Amino acid sequence: MSEDKLSLLGQEVAEDAEGVQYLTFLLNGEHYGLSILQVQEIRGWEQVTRVPNSPQFVKGVVNLRGNIVPVFDLRLRFGLPEVPLTKETVVIVVRAGKPGEERSMGLVVDAVSDVLVVQDDTINTTPDFGAGVPTENIKGLVTDGESMVMLLDLDSLVLQTGAEQDQDAA
Amino acid sequence: MSIDMAQFHQVFFEESFEGLDIMENGLLNMDPGEADPEEINSIFRAAHSIKGGSGTFGFSDVADFTHVMETLLDEMRDGRRAVTGEGVNVLLASVDVLRDMLTAAQDGGSADAQRVKAQRAELDRILANQSADSAAEAQAPDSDAQPLLDAEPVGWKIVFRPHQHLLRTGNDPLRIIRELAELGELEADCDISGLPAFAELEPEDSYLSWELRLHAAVDKAQIDDIFEWVEDDCDFAVIPVLPEGQPTQQAQQAAPASEAAEPAAELKLAEPAAERRSDSERRQGDRRKSAPAKASGGGASSIRVDTGKIDSLINMVGELVITQSMLGMLGDEFSMDKLARLREGLGQLERHTRELQESVMQIRMLPISFTFSRFPRLVHDLSQKLGKQIELKLSGENTEVDKTVIEKIGDPLVHLVRNSVDHGIETPADRVAAGKSETGTIHLSAEHRGGNIVIEITDDGKGLARDRILEKAIDRGLVRADDNLSDKQIYELIFQPGFSTAEQVSDVSGRGVGMDVVRRNINELGGAIEIDSQLGEGSTITIRLPLTLAILDGQSICVGEETYIVPLVSIIESIQVRDEMLSLVAGKGETFKLRDEYLPIVRLHEVFGIGDAKAENIRDGIIVVVEGGGRKCGLFVDDLLGQQQVVIKSLEANYGKVDGISGATILGDGSVALILDIPGLMRLATEGGGQRSGKLALTA
Repeated sequence: MSEDKLSLLGQEVAEDAEGVQYLTFLLNGEHYGLSILQVQEIRGWEQVTRVPNSPQFVKGVVNLRGNIVPVFDLRLRFGLPEVPLTKETVVIVVRAGKPGEERSMGLVVDAVSDVLVVQDDTINTTPDFGAGVPTENIKGLVTDGESMVMLLDLDSLVLQTGAEQDQDAA
Repeated sequence: MSIDMAQFHQVFFEESFEGLDIMENGLLNMDPGEADPEEINSIFRAAHSIKGGSGTFGFSDVADFTHVMETLLDEMRDGRRAVTGEGVNVLLASVDVLRDMLTAAQDGGSADAQRVKAQRAELDRILANQSADSAAEAQAPDSDAQPLLDAEPVGWKIVFRPHQHLLRTGNDPLRIIRELAELGELEADCDISGLPAFAELEPEDSYLSWELRLHAAVDKAQIDDIFEWVEDDCDFAVIPVLPEGQPTQQAQQAAPASEAAEPAAELKLAEPAAERRSDSERRQGDRRKSAPAKASGGGASSIRVDTGKIDSLINMVGELVITQSMLGMLGDEFSMDKLARLREGLGQLERHTRELQESVMQIRMLPISFTFSRFPRLVHDLSQKLGKQIELKLSGENTEVDKTVIEKIGDPLVHLVRNSVDHGIETPADRVAAGKSETGTIHLSAEHRGGNIVIEITDDGKGLARDRILEKAIDRGLVRADDNLSDKQIYELIFQPGFSTAEQVSDVSGRGVGMDVVRRNINELGGAIEIDSQLGEGSTITIRLPLTLAILDGQSICVGEETYIVPLVSIIESIQVRDEMLSLVAGKGETFKLRDEYLPIVRLHEVFGIGDAKAENIRDGIIVVVEGGGRKCGLFVDDLLGQQQVVIKSLEANYGKVDGISGATILGDGSVALILDIPGLMRLATEGGGQRSGKLALTA
């Protein structure tokens, strides 16, 4: 398998014909993907404990085997319309961030769809839409059959949520 | 098999750093001219252990350096040399150099050679600077550190007298002699005079002794290596045979050599006797291998635990196992008539779990002297530099606090003590002018008070200039001139970030530089800092810290659907407030009268934006009177749930700091509850988190 050649975070991709595996999921009809090595588990939505005075996309915190893990609603994070959360709502628990400072977090998505193998050279750069369309957390685009998949850069996402918190704290 | 020497390295470094602390403290306590022999002795012993240990582990530069210090100390101990202020200062500086060398060795590097050399020269200068006859004496022990430099010996004469029990320690004289023979041509004369009559002969005792002549120009260290593991179980002396065939050194040289091996002997206890031989053979190789391993491994933190604590832990586990098996039996054939016993068993289980938890927490507790011990030196150095006379008093050094607190409280305390020395205590002339004694006093104390550790730094210096602070604060727009502030609130101002960093307030110069950082560090530990001062008489800084950072007694409260935990130590009481106790300040600030005090009300659902709170009217809910950061307020909640011990989980590990929340915990049903940070919550309320209560004038 190629996995042992990959770094822990799956960021440095070894030259390998098999490529990197991405978990794809749906968000408001759009396809997104994130490196499967960053995924810890996939859970159903369950009641969270609200964190007071936090941004709207922070749904709250849950107990993940003794660790307190925040749950973010990706729809709200990306400014997409909110939908009610039900038992069928999926939470992808990921772990990402700078080495040594990894954080775990839950991402609320509409549905998990597939595992996609992506070769490095097939990733297109994200077009620049200017300030109107937030693309800073998208590291590239790939094509999967008919649809376009946006590959998420989780590390920058973690950094941003962390930075916002730090600002609040200061 | 090879033994990982790295684990012993760790112990060696820990012991050496402890030894350095002992030396430093001892030196600081020494009065020039009239030194307590016991004090010098303890310094000497510490130096000696470091020398021995570093020799054993191959840090020869450390050993050599310590040796020179030891020589100096030895002369002071024997009264051959007067204890002078200069000598003490040079020794103190040497302790610093030694600490650097050891730190460097621990990280696998080497210390600043230039500095070591300079300090060594300084020591030598002190050593040489004396009357002729004692100079000769001092020279003799000094030269034995490197006898090889003076003259190349062509061989060695070794007197080897094993103690009777040598064989029983797993060592065999024959092996040693064989090893010696490998170094070169060996002549052996056996002395059988110790041999008893055959009938009295114990087969397991050793009665023979040898006089060995090794005709080989080898290093003395090589011979010492061979005897390394038997040093304590025999008398031996190594005498160099010089080209003239004239042994110069006396047999007494063996005494320091075997003493020096003491730390090694302690380490040996950790291994089965049988392994010692192979270990001594492999030492050389292991040492090389383990050094890089250490460097890459980083500093794993370890903790020294009193055996008593571990014993009590084991007892507790035993009890727990008994209770568990009792409950197990009950469960196997349970019927309703055994209900009472089941209850009893569960009660026991709870008690034991709690005790066990307390014991485990105990292990993390260390006396605060670990932190305090650095201050005598700090004050000594600073006061000399500033030309002030300061006496530092320590009390409550044995107060135990959590290891994390020990690690994190050091820097803030250094800052505060330095402030006291620098800006608090006046110069002797000023003190006399102010009618005080020349010597200023700084008192550093620690004690348990309630569920907190209270650390106090008191000085009898000039105190804070209240009016100057206020003036400055008004200048900077931190407060308005017509704000009616209490003294305490004014002193609080020096913790304001903007207040301190800018140009200095003249006669309270610098007070406050970095004070905001101090406060932040202490807040991070869940503690609070307060300052009290009397102009011209001194200041007292009080730091309150939670006893432990992992578990707290909490009161669960609910607001709407949400549950929060209030630390029990913050709660004074919980009451239902009647309408007649309520009043408004300036038409909107809700307060209530509790006995003789008016306390502001903080509505939790407003501060935290909880939408579905049940109680809107004050009389429908509960007021929890809480205290934090020296202020009190009434926290308005829907209801009280229950009291329980909660395990504190970090919210910051995966998320971040949330204002008004100190952490999270997991409740019995697996859900998460957030723990309130009372001082933070009050700040949040004051800063306008709650629109209704507006700006609170919190009572001091």
